[in-house]
Amino acid sequence: MTAVGTLERHLRQRRDEGRKLLLPYITGGYPTDEWPRLIEGLAAAGADAIEIGIPFSDPVMDGPTIQESSTLALGAGISPVEILARLSEVEVDVPLIAMTYYNICFRMGHERFASALKEAGVSAAILPDLPLEELTPWAEAADQAGIETVLLAAPTAPDERLPRIAERARGFVYGVGLVGITGERDELASSAIEIAQRLKNVTDKPVLIGVGVSSPSQAVEVCSVADGVVVGSAVIRKIIDGSVDEAIDFVGSLRAGLDSI
Amino acid sequence: MTTTGSSSLMGNPDDAGRFGRFGGRYVPETLVPACAELEDAFRQAWDDPIFRSEFDELLHRYAGRPSGLTECKNLSSQLGFRVFLKREDLNHTGSHKINNVLGQTLLAKRMGKTRIVAETGAGQHGVATATAAAYFGQECVVYMGEVDIARQALNVYRMRLLGAEVRPALSGSRTLKDAVNEAMRDWVATVESTYYCLGSVMGPHPYPWMVREFHRVIGTEALSQCQEILDGDVPDVVVACVGGGSNAAGIFSGFVDTRAELVGVEPAGGAAVGRLVPGVVHGSMSFLMQDEFGQVQEAQSVSAGLDYPGVGPEHAHLAEIGRARYEPVTDTEVLNAFELLSRTEGIIPALEPAHGLAWMVKAKDELAGKTVLLNLSGRGDKDVAQVQAIRDGDPSALETVDFSSEANNTNGAQ
Ligand SMILES: Cc1ncc(COP(=O)(O)O)c(C=O)c1O
Repeated sequence: MTAVGTLERHLRQRRDEGRKLLLPYITGGYPTDEWPRLIEGLAAAGADAIEIGIPFSDPVMDGPTIQESSTLALGAGISPVEILARLSEVEVDVPLIAMTYYNICFRMGHERFASALKEAGVSAAILPDLPLEELTPWAEAADQAGIETVLLAAPTAPDERLPRIAERARGFVYGVGLVGITGERDELASSAIEIAQRLKNVTDKPVLIGVGVSSPSQAVEVCSVADGVVVGSAVIRKIIDGSVDEAIDFVGSLRAGLDSI
Repeated sequence: MTTTGSSSLMGNPDDAGRFGRFGGRYVPETLVPACAELEDAFRQAWDDPIFRSEFDELLHRYAGRPSGLTECKNLSSQLGFRVFLKREDLNHTGSHKINNVLGQTLLAKRMGKTRIVAETGAGQHGVATATAAAYFGQECVVYMGEVDIARQALNVYRMRLLGAEVRPALSGSRTLKDAVNEAMRDWVATVESTYYCLGSVMGPHPYPWMVREFHRVIGTEALSQCQEILDGDVPDVVVACVGGGSNAAGIFSGFVDTRAELVGVEPAGGAAVGRLVPGVVHGSMSFLMQDEFGQVQEAQSVSAGLDYPGVGPEHAHLAEIGRARYEPVTDTEVLNAFELLSRTEGIIPALEPAHGLAWMVKAKDELAGKTVLLNLSGRGDKDVAQVQAIRDGDPSALETVDFSSEANNTNGAQ
């Protein structure tokens, strides 16, 4: 048995106290100078952990909103190394999770990437194009360095696959709320609650649902079963159409919604 | 007859879909079951004599196979070595792409999928897919980079005429790599009903293997055609252009276990193998043009069909074990070769296989006295207007992608 990591311990404890978990996503480097302040604002607004995207040139799991923030961040010249350097200076009391595509990690080298995350004060990693079958070389390096690798579980997975994903996941299990890519949706897909239930049936690790969770009411709806939510595109949309402060307020409203359960 | 014996250097990949250390299945979790289902369906179909005979029948009666082998007497005497062309330009729709597409759409039909999505660069794979979808009565959506839509207007109209919907890819470099991104995003969202008809030997397992098998017919035919003319011998050198690498994989598969030397030719601005840096994008590990941080770089080539920063994983493997070599040529060399073949042999090649010929011209000292087979993967009708504009001095016709120094530094961001 691997020792339970920082992120999982933190999330389990809060869940077991009866709290629903809230994980906002932001794109590292967007908006250019304000993103570190955004992280601190989100923590203060009630985030239980924060997912920071390291933008990649070809984000195949992402819809137009996160494509836009990634393109803007890359266009402003931000690199993975700079993002991690800035993160190490951010002062928050919740765990940070790096989300990026596998080639960024592969290019740096598994050991180097894992230790760079560690040095930046990041607890965990999400690599959405690295499924179970390709995971081992990275996951071993991550385990070694004390970086928790969160795994995604999709509605398309057959029943036999879910326990294997849950078993290998560290930190929490990330249930994909719909069959599709990231982006805001008007309604919660029925698959969101279904995947949450299927995961809760096979694991006692925290189960969070993301992709297509876009509003406080949707977050509340899915948390009838799930332990929490990951909200990405809807947060980024608030920044694109408004400001960092509007995004922070929005996360505050998600928090209030979840606390009302 | 097709042989895929495991003793062949181009036999089956391992269970994880690897050719040496390249290949694999690096896809979002949502697509993992679909890739597994596709792999099962392909294995069963490829072992099923009924599927095989349906496929052969389509290649023969619909696509017009076997394609011919032409000896180029004029060109041979000019270059100082014996030149043969495998005439994939004479297939229905004008390129080798139809082989793969007929295999995949037949497989889609067998799997009960009624909607087909595809990406396209030059438009040849898109046209082939739209053609087969019309033939099978399947709904068809083709993603194409906005830049390519502008430079391949004729093929865009062809696809629409055939009943396909052409959707522009508006992100990144707005060329082939971005069209692949959009097609994959579509597939992630529609995977239960949709078949993704990938156009080259790239992507997640089983695509690189499956697409090569559907193109194996090129190599199988060419081998026996050469042996007939050469009294049982094979050419000294087999040459093919490499974008993703499907026409090259098809012809190489016929000669990989012979003494023939194998040469893949890449555009200098898209030479993934030439740079020898491994990476992962679009579902597999291979050589990949990227910056020091792993951001994928934009390829740059006069030919939309080769404007791709990656290469199929089996080519990375063949390069690494030294069985095939990969050589770069410039846009200017390609344009000269395009005109050379037109004038000397009365064959207007597509700009893609003109890369192969451009290398042969460049390497003519090395090739002196040898016998060389070039896979003429497509005909040049689609490129005539573009070449005319370049020769008439329209600089924008050669400046294919906006590649400002700023975009160059930040890679992929525009
Ligand atoms: C005629 C022709 N040859 C070659 C290619 C490149 O593809 P591949 O490298 O997969 O053969 C294309 C792509 O559009 C093409 O149209």
